[in-house]
Parts: sequence; structure tokens; C-alpha cells
Amino acid sequence: MKLTLKIWRQKSASDKGKLVDYKVDDVSSDMSFLEMLDVLNQDLIDKNEEPIAFDHDCREGICGMCSMYINGRAHGPDTSITVCQLHMRSFKDGDTIYIEPWRASAFPVIKDLIVDRSAFDRIQQAGGFISVNTSGNTQDANGTLISKHAADTAMDAATCIGCGACVATCKNSSAMLFVGAKVSQYALLPQGQIEAADRVRNMVAQMDLEGFGNCTNTGACEIECPKGISLDNIARMNRELMKANLN
Amino acid sequence: MALNSRVPEGPIKDKWTTYKDKINLVNPANKRLIDVIIVGTGLAGGSAAASLAELGYNVKSFCFQDSPRRAHSIAAQGGINAAKNYQGDGDSTYRLFYDTVKGGDYRSREANVYRLAEVSTNIIDQCVAQGVPFARDYGGLLDNRSFGGVLVSRTFYAKGQTGQQLLLGAYSAMNRQIGRGKIKMYNRHEMLDVVIVDGKARGIIARNLVTGEIERHSAHAVVLATGGYGNAFYLSTYAMGSNVTASWKAHKKGAFFANPCFTQIHPTCIPVSGDHQSKLTLMSESLRNDGRIWVPKNMEDVLAIREGKLKPVEIAEENRDYYLERRYPAFGNLVPRDVASRAAKERCDAGYGVNKTGEAVYLDFAAAIQRYGAEQAHVKGLDENDKVVVTKLGKDIIKAKYGNLFQMYEKIVDQNPYETPMMIYPAVHYTMGGTWVDYNLMTTVPGLYAIGEANFSDHGANRLGASALMQGLADGYFVLPYTIGDYLSHDIRTGKISTDSKEFEEAEKQVKATLDALVNNKGTHSVDYFHKKLGKIMWNKCGMARNEKDLKEAITEIAELRKEFWKDVKVPGGANEYNEELAKAGRVADFLELGELFAKDALQREESAGGHFRDEYQTPEGEAMRRKEFQYVSAWEYKGEPKDAVLHKEALEYENIEVKERSYK
Repeated sequence: MKLTLKIWRQKSASDKGKLVDYKVDDVSSDMSFLEMLDVLNQDLIDKNEEPIAFDHDCREGICGMCSMYINGRAHGPDTSITVCQLHMRSFKDGDTIYIEPWRASAFPVIKDLIVDRSAFDRIQQAGGFISVNTSGNTQDANGTLISKHAADTAMDAATCIGCGACVATCKNSSAMLFVGAKVSQYALLPQGQIEAADRVRNMVAQMDLEGFGNCTNTGACEIECPKGISLDNIARMNRELMKANLN
Repeated sequence: MALNSRVPEGPIKDKWTTYKDKINLVNPANKRLIDVIIVGTGLAGGSAAASLAELGYNVKSFCFQDSPRRAHSIAAQGGINAAKNYQGDGDSTYRLFYDTVKGGDYRSREANVYRLAEVSTNIIDQCVAQGVPFARDYGGLLDNRSFGGVLVSRTFYAKGQTGQQLLLGAYSAMNRQIGRGKIKMYNRHEMLDVVIVDGKARGIIARNLVTGEIERHSAHAVVLATGGYGNAFYLSTYAMGSNVTASWKAHKKGAFFANPCFTQIHPTCIPVSGDHQSKLTLMSESLRNDGRIWVPKNMEDVLAIREGKLKPVEIAEENRDYYLERRYPAFGNLVPRDVASRAAKERCDAGYGVNKTGEAVYLDFAAAIQRYGAEQAHVKGLDENDKVVVTKLGKDIIKAKYGNLFQMYEKIVDQNPYETPMMIYPAVHYTMGGTWVDYNLMTTVPGLYAIGEANFSDHGANRLGASALMQGLADGYFVLPYTIGDYLSHDIRTGKISTDSKEFEEAEKQVKATLDALVNNKGTHSVDYFHKKLGKIMWNKCGMARNEKDLKEAITEIAELRKEFWKDVKVPGGANEYNEELAKAGRVADFLELGELFAKDALQREESAGGHFRDEYQTPEGEAMRRKEFQYVSAWEYKGEPKDAVLHKEALEYENIEVKERSYK
């Protein structure tokens, strides 16, 4: 198939940036979206033009590196996938495709489609852990029983890949689904109880400091999350925060 | 230089304990005066960084990704082994040790493997304490699975995302130390050389991938946790950025490279669909529990399938060749990875491949669907002879077990594996070879360590499923923090290492010259052009089966390709900016050297062992023939061109395990 691509080009964080038109021919429906961009980049290199910079690594939907806004949707038109899992059979011959980076003031553009998501790391550094040293001198792994339900629900929250689609799709650029998922994972497990109050307070404070917006319950984040992280996690985070502030 | 593995004296089960009792320690006040650089933030690097920072060392961590959480350990699916014996099925430290040495076809170092088995149980305790949500049963206890090549259930798992959860655990431990200022994290940085001062590793040269700036970083010791080199094959299940550069630069500065030809080719991956292919996707080993592997018996059926005139479901049972069940009746579809991969290649080479490229076999769930369906119909009191009812019930069971994998397959291939068999083919997945290390995990360069997949030590010629995660975390959490302390105890009076020395100057100059040469080359072909060519040579001549003629050709062809690369590669953009093509060019340049050493190593190893199969050394039935005279580690010393590399041998002695033939018939 033949496609027209309108791709965001921006040299650096300080550059203004603009959409630039590209044509690609000979796109096979078996290609992944990123492989289609590989083909375009090879073409640009052959023509002595600068290839398009985009983040990607594992190309199997788990590292969370790829981050593109495609035709107005985070990770493109399909659900429950990342861009690397999107295939060209989701498009048809003659289509025009808009490709933009994540948009959020807390995620400044580095170049073209690459943004800086280190704000997510700093939120985790503020409290996204259990303070246990790695000496191996902990109690036996079966020393504390954990209900299957709690373990499974914690696992569902823990599957977050930190891609930032929730922030990108939220009209408030809120990071609450991301933070809520991490707070929930620990809040649901007995190991996480000791530091629960400090953890949620510190993580939420850092989230606010980074400039992420608030949640107004539109639920867009849950729909665009490639791992299907539930909105329940935001409710749980708010409950944890209230609990922490009341004590 | 003679290789000294520094394995402690004494009975194998006391070695590690005695060693720990006798090593030198560094007092907490002195640890504050010591810096350690760790390159890579996967399971090995992340766990090592957190552990060393907790102990009080000043850690500098480097990764090329935008966050340490994205290292490729994240993609491991199945699980992590540990000799907990929670199932009471007879597991023990010795049994895990035994399975690992045997699975590695008797090409790993006994003492290292025993230690690995010994600390495996601590890993599970540690991870649970960190909040890793392992799967549990209804009573609240941890659940286990079984994996290939063993007779017990010792694999702990978190759905199909065990690597992700373990890595996020290590990442959380790192975050705690980054927050406290004990780890200084350098994201989007790539190590481009190791700096040796007075014979010791004292720092690295790194490139900031965002600005292009070249930086000098000093430390009292340098740890490489940079993973494997499977991307030398271009197509693999590795991440796009996975590379050999850090290990290769260390090799060029004196670290011996061990067993480069020991590579794992995983039997169940989604086949290549075309020239645009950038990476291959694994379908978990667990599928072989229920899937039957076959190709058509008759060539006319094969041709009709390729032309689209015949569907696999239309081929009658008697016209199918379930070749694994035929050749290995005892293990059937559950033979180890190396055996299953070679058998698929044998059928496809004979012309029976079932897709356009002739490189695919079927993995068929129809029989499992019928079996489970009939079982369910019986349980529910429904008609076991009603095909519609049975098929529906059977599909539900398969969906519950493998639903996410089936969905992934359908997204990529656009075929419904509940209705038609999956197509699969082997792909490069893991490298057992790597930088040579002694018992302390130190390379042949003092103060330079290699941990995780980057070293060679524990898996011999073939790695068992769910053992990579175990080794990465064992090295980082529980082995390196002891062994590196013994070395650093001599550095308490050294003081800060200056980056102004002539050694740093020289290394930086070299790095800059190489980068400038690449961007100023202005050739005619892109980096990927050369990478793909290298991948083809590696796959065709150093792949699942190798022989003298092919390997000799590969050596010549890779050397020629390398020459062509330096003459004709085209890297757009400059060195002082974000430049993905430049980063790729540096990595491919190193793969082009490693690839030749790989072939050279495979050529000298005149035997078949684990993932290394030489056509000349097989039994009359076509099975691998191991040879006693090759019971050694091949450790290569750099001498300029890869062809001049000098072979050193570390003899492998087995005192605690009887060396036997591996048979799966």
C-alpha cells in the first residue's frame, strides 16, 4: 500500500517543531508500524536526509519505550497494544497518518518523536519501593501467606510498563494511573504496609511537583493503557492518601 | 598468561561458605571512599547497583535506554528457578546443580554452578520481601511450574511476565538508592571504552546519547552487566539496542572472551515474514506442553500449502509427520531447546517447510483442544461425542492457559491459532558464551567484572529455561557484593581516581576518532545494510548446524564485510547530537569483529555440544557427539584482528557429577 505520513519534526527541546509530509510506497500489511518507519528512515538516509528519531527497544510490547500519538490516539488505533505491536493491516492503501510525540509539559520533547519521561523515574525514587536491603537475609518467601486474590490484583497493577500513554491521552496530563498502579501494588501486599502512608504522600507530592495534572475521571487513560491497568487503582491511591493524611 | 579460575579448595558444598568466611572486608567508613561503575541495568546490573549502594559504595550506573526499567530482562516470560522444594518433589541444591551442568552438556564450571544453585533460594525470599507479586495458590503459598529438561517443579513465576516483575523489583531497590544519592544514574548513556590505569580497570568513556557529548567517568572497579550478543545475527529475540560493544571494548583491552560460539536458538518463535523484518518474537516454551509439532509427510502437500491450494487442517492424520514424537518417543515434543531447533531445521532443509520461505513448521493445538474438551464434557456431564460442544470447551481451556500468547500470535501473523496450527521456526535467543570470569566474576583485567548474560560461566553449551533470571540476580544480589569487596579492600587508601591521566586522555581520543571516522565516512550504504548482511552470514554459516567449510567461508566473508563497512558505511548527521544511526554504527562495527571470532571459535571446537552442532560430529542417528578432548572453556585473547586471537584453554573437571551422554529417546 501507499501512505502519506504527517510526522512531527523537532530538532531539540528549544526548537519550535512542525508536521512534515512524507510518502511511503510498498508498505506490506505484515509490517509492524515501527518497521514501516524503518523503511521510511532507510529511504531518508539514502536521500541524504535526516532520519526520524523515535524511541523503541524490545519491539514486543513490554519495555514501554515506544511512545507515539498516531491519528490522535496513544499507541495508535488498536487497543491493548503498544506501537511496536501495531501492524500495518490496521491501515489501508491511500491513508494519511498523523504521527506525533506524547504531549505533556512534564514530558518535554528531546527530538522529533522522543520525549523525556524521567519524571516517572523521579516519582518512583520518591517512594516506589519497599525499604528492604538485598542481603537475602529476609524471612522465608512462604513465611507470610498472601491470598491469591491480593497477589493477582497486585500483579494486575504491577504490569504497568511505564510508557506514559495514560499521561499523553489525558486532557489534564495526569499521571494518576501510573502512580496509582505502583501505590496499589504495594498497598495490596502485606510487605507494603509498613511504609504505606509515607509512600503515597511522597509519590503524590513528587507527581505534583513534576507538573502532572489532576484526575477528572474521564477514564481515557484506562482505555489507552496497553496493559489494561484499571481506574480502580486511582481510587485506591486516593483512598490510601486520605488514610495517610487522616492518621 | 595462564588462566586461573580461583575456585576455592574444599568440598563443593562448603566452598562458597568458607570463601565468604575468609575474604577481606571493607569497613563502612572506607566504603564511602570507593566508587564503582556498573554498566547495564538489567537483572544483573540493577541488582548489583542496588546491593553495592546499600553496602555504602558510591555507585555510578549506566544504561542506553531512557530508564533503567527498560533493560531487556524485562521481556523474559516464563519464570525463575530456585531449589526451594516447596512442592516436596525431591528438589535440592544438588539436583538444581546437576540439572544445570547436564543441561549445559558438561561445558560449565562446577563450582560456579553449585554456588548458583545454593543462593537460588535467597533470590525468592528477597524478591518476595521487595513486593514482587509471584503467583500464589488458593492457600496463599507460592505456586510453581515445571520447565524443560528437569523432573521437578521449581519454577516461580508472575503470569507470563516474570522478567518484568523481577526487573521492576531490582529497579525499585535501585530507586531507593538513587533517591538517597548512593547511585548516580546515567540514562541514555553508552559505554564506548574501558580505561585501564596501571593494569587495573579504573573507569570508562561514555557517550551521552542525547547531546553526543563524550564523558570520562572514573571508579575503583568497573562492572559489565551488558547482556548477550545475539544481535550479531541481526534477527533475534533480543531488543533492538542489545549489543556487544561494552564487552568487546573490554576484550580489546585485555579481557578474554569465552566460548563465543555457544548460542541458544529457541525452537518456538514466529517465522520471518519478509525483508522488512526487524526482530523476532518468542512464543513461550510452555506451549510445547500442549502443542504437537509436525510437517506434511508428502512433498505434494507441502507445495499445495505454499501455493495456498491446501489448508493444514485438510491434511489427514496419516499424512502428517510428527517428527519429534517419531524421533524422540520418550520426550516427544518436550525435548530440550537445542534438540527441538535442530530437528525443525532438518525437516525444513529437506524441503518440508510450510510457509513461503520454506522455514516454518506447525505447532498444532487441535489434539489438545479435543482432549481437554472431552475431559470438560465428562466433568460437566455433557455429550463427549458432540464435536461442537467438545471443541468449544477445549478452546476455553486452551484460552485460559495460553490466551495472551494466542492473541500475540494473531496480532502478528493475522491467523487464528485456535482454528489453524501456528507456524513457528527457531530464532537466536540467548548467548551462553561471554566474557571469561573467574570464581570472583572478575575478568582477566584486574578490577573489571562481568555479571549476568555478559559472562560465560554458568550455562555451559546450553541454558535451561528459567535459569537466566536466576543467574542474573544471583550474580548481582548475592555473589558480586562479596567478591568485589575482597578486591576493593586493597583500594581503601587509593583515593579518588583522576580522570585527567594520560590513559583517560588516550581512551577519549580513540573514541572520538572512531566516531569522527564514522560520521565523516560518507559512504553509500546504511548501517542496517551491513548489519543484515552480517546476520545472513551468521545465520547461514554459524547457525543451528555448522561445518568446517561453512565456518571457513564465514571467517573470510565477515572479514571482507568489515573492510567494506569501514570503506563504505554512511552515517548521516554529526557526532555532537542525538544520532541513532551513529550509535548503531558503533555497535555493528563491533559485531563485525565478534562475528569473526565466533566463527573461529566454532571452527576450533571439533565436537557437538549443546547449542553448538557440527555436522562432522554426530552419531549415525544424527545426534550431537560430544568429545572428551574438548572438555574445556575456550578463552580468546585479543591480538589485533580477530583472526590473530590466541586461544587459552580452561580445563573443566567434574568431581561431583558423572559425565554422561544426553539422550532424549
